[in-house]
Amino acid sequence: MSNSSATNLRSPLGRARGLGSAKEGLHHWWAQRITAVAMVPLTLWFVYSVASLASGRMDFDLWLLSPINAAALVLFIVVGVHHGVIGLQVVLEDYVPTHLARTVSILLVKLIGYGLATVAVISTLIVTLGG
Amino acid sequence: MPPAKPVARPLSPHVFIYRWPLAAILSILHRATGVGLAIGVLLLTWWVTAAAVGPSAFDQATGFIGSPIGLFFMMGFSLALFFHLCNGIRHLVWDAGRGFEKGTTATSNAIVIVAALTLTAVSWLLAWM
Ligand code: HEM
Repeated sequence: MSNSSATNLRSPLGRARGLGSAKEGLHHWWAQRITAVAMVPLTLWFVYSVASLASGRMDFDLWLLSPINAAALVLFIVVGVHHGVIGLQVVLEDYVPTHLARTVSILLVKLIGYGLATVAVISTLIVTLGG
Repeated sequence: MPPAKPVARPLSPHVFIYRWPLAAILSILHRATGVGLAIGVLLLTWWVTAAAVGPSAFDQATGFIGSPIGLFFMMGFSLALFFHLCNGIRHLVWDAGRGFEKGTTATSNAIVIVAALTLTAVSWLLAWM
């Protein structure tokens, strides 16, 4: 069959799009890296905060009374869980053999991960606004 | 003629008999710590949610974290987090196409291990001070 322009008005680029191996995979790859970059300062801030709280130099409610700390904690939770979920997806894609089990386990990870993140973010807001 | 008995010879390099290079150990540790940290989200959610629920729930959560088992977990999570962070930065450097010259792997292996141990030790010093 010929692809002559008489029968097919789509441009060569239009015909090639979506046929390569990179479909949602490229977006996934970028999301893993962009969240990883964001996690570097967030993690340093988080560990410093937990160490300060553990030492008794800082009180939990006072800590979250600061909007900056509350915002950073929400970001740490959301970005960290998103990074973890898409990371776990790659691990499951590598090791779970059947299509059904793979699909179900990835769905479960997303459900549990984003569910926990939602609970943790709402809890953060309750402490911040209620304090 | 009786059939030749199969001789149990080792096959070519196989994970169970092959001495793993340090870089291979660190590579699989990145995956293992990533999975471990994902489990740590449970503890993080418990801690923050307990604070929203009230003082007795919060005391229960911090009581667990401060117990010997809790501190053991925290030790593991902090080390896993800093290893994953340092090795993750190395991954990002590799993704940028750098750090592949001959001999750099040995150097970056050492930097990742020393940096992860140092950051963990400094954090625990800050927590005890
Ligand atoms: C602390 C800052 C962090 C940095 C810089 C970081 C960096 C990275 C990078 C660059 C990758 C991709 C590695 C590859 O190409 O194989 C990755 C994978 C992963 N990360 Fe993180 N990460 C961080 C925190 C976390 C946290 C908090 C979690 C858990 C919630 C996590 C879970 C994972 C998982 C499960 C993978 C997939 C592992 C694999 O495919 O082998 N990471 N991380």
